[in-house]
Amino acid sequence: MASLLTAGMVVVYFGFILLVAFRPALLATPLGDGLSVGILLGALVIVSAWVLTWTYVRWANRVYDPALARLREEHRTAGGAP
Amino acid sequence: MIPWVLAQTAGATAAPAVPEFGRPDPVAIGFFAVFICITLGITWWAARRTQTAEHFYAAGRSVTAGQNGFALAGDYMSAASFLGIAGLVSTSGFDGLIYSTGWLVGWPVVLFLIAEPLRNLGRYTFADVVAARLRPTPVRISAAVGTLATIAFYLIAQMVGAGSLIRLLFGIPYESAVLIVGVAMMAYVLFGGMLATTWVQIVKAVLLLGGAALLALLVLSRFGFDPRALFAAAAAQQGAGVLAPGKLVSNPWDAISLGLALMFGTAGLPHILMRFYTVPDAASARRSVFIATGLIGLFYLMTFILGFGAMVLVGPASIKAIDAGGNMAAPMLAELLGGRPFLGFIAAVAFATILAVVAGLALSGAAAISHDLWASVVRKGNPRPGEELKVARLATIALALVAIALGVLFKGQNVAFMVGLAFAIAASANFPALVLSVFWRRTSTAGASSSMIVGTLATLGLIALSPAVQVDLLHHEAAIFPLKNPALVSIPLAFLTGIVVSLLRPDAGGDAAYEALETRVLLGSDP
Repeated sequence: MASLLTAGMVVVYFGFILLVAFRPALLATPLGDGLSVGILLGALVIVSAWVLTWTYVRWANRVYDPALARLREEHRTAGGAP
Repeated sequence: MIPWVLAQTAGATAAPAVPEFGRPDPVAIGFFAVFICITLGITWWAARRTQTAEHFYAAGRSVTAGQNGFALAGDYMSAASFLGIAGLVSTSGFDGLIYSTGWLVGWPVVLFLIAEPLRNLGRYTFADVVAARLRPTPVRISAAVGTLATIAFYLIAQMVGAGSLIRLLFGIPYESAVLIVGVAMMAYVLFGGMLATTWVQIVKAVLLLGGAALLALLVLSRFGFDPRALFAAAAAQQGAGVLAPGKLVSNPWDAISLGLALMFGTAGLPHILMRFYTVPDAASARRSVFIATGLIGLFYLMTFILGFGAMVLVGPASIKAIDAGGNMAAPMLAELLGGRPFLGFIAAVAFATILAVVAGLALSGAAAISHDLWASVVRKGNPRPGEELKVARLATIALALVAIALGVLFKGQNVAFMVGLAFAIAASANFPALVLSVFWRRTSTAGASSSMIVGTLATLGLIALSPAVQVDLLHHEAAIFPLKNPALVSIPLAFLTGIVVSLLRPDAGGDAAYEALETRVLLGSDP
């Protein structure tokens, strides 16, 4: 999950940077009054960073932490580890 | 970091047309004096609670997730990003967005890959994590080299930036400004340790976010609270080009290299990583990054409004007349919308911002010297009681003196270039070794150590051969290495070195050590 989300962030950000670097004309396309594709995508990069961190925290709270708690319990009953 | 923007500040002089800038201003100095009094009060309170190394480095692990979220934001958002991005947007429009997004996207990476293993494996520094299952001496020496190199360049940038900006905002001479920043930072860290530093960063984060939010609301109120009306006004006034990529990205490979440094540099900044040890457990570390990401993202969205607001309301020509780099865009906007008192408040916020960042840097440098080099290498992990704390305090004094000296020595230097270098070193020296040692079973002592050393040296070497030094500084015809930022080469090189050397020089008993480590990554040191 963590590596999947990392890959997601890399794709989103470098997608944006590659467009800036190689397709500046596309980003200049106006979207009605006062907005361009570039401005919209830039704001979406920030929003997607929020969405990805929120997804991770939700996953960690619902799946990861309970699994860890079970593992910790097994560890204790097995009498293993420091 | 904000490249050339701050860089140009040093050489710029205030235009006579606007006498408000560059003169001692009682309102600004008053606000700043209040901030200094409050933070010294916090330091006095924290000093009585800072008796052991655990308190000094990690505030006794007593910081809550919410507090740490604000402190992380306060540690990260420098005056360069506040004044620099607003200035960059106000003078060149869209291009500033490359920086505001780049500085944010490192945070999810920190959350997904670094925060929880770091909290579970380490005690005070990121070297604790890399050394967890490897032979400590070579790993700690290499990690200290990477840490101190990162901090040195970051400190130069902040001190030179502080001197130049404070001269413009308060009318205090450059050298005095550097001295004030150095002495105040030393007082916070020396007496109050991590607890005082944390609260200075929290206060600063609240002030900075509050000040920026108020300013952004004042801007939006002129445009019916619709950002699109603001952008439309900017396009109508300055041409539609301000909403599209401009001259800033002339070489596409430079843009990609810079993007790499920004994204992975955050996950290798020692003063940021150190903050994860101040919370009680890995779940709190996770929550604190979530909060920090929200705050920092919000801040960068607001700087965008401030930048376009300054472009439309103040005008690029007037901004450049005060400071060629555009750094005074936000303060000028504050004066236009809220008068002298608001200008004074924003100026004091900028000063507070620099103080909070340099305090975090000094603390992580002191930890590298006392914890990694003295306690672990010189004393082989068994320092005398109280000795580590004493060395940490001596290191703080030494670092403050070094920071003041560097600030004076590098006066007029290209600040941007220094912070860019700090992010590139962090991304190449610290991040690959950290990721390899936690996630790759076969990482060996020799592999991790050589990755950190090669990452540091390659970054420094490539910067020395880059156009920034060869053409801009030494005035040669062309540079040997074509990119301004070396991350595109130095990050893969550090990973490759770590992998190849680990395969050639494996550690005996590495597998058993990794399995013990995996358990600790998941469960912490005391499951």
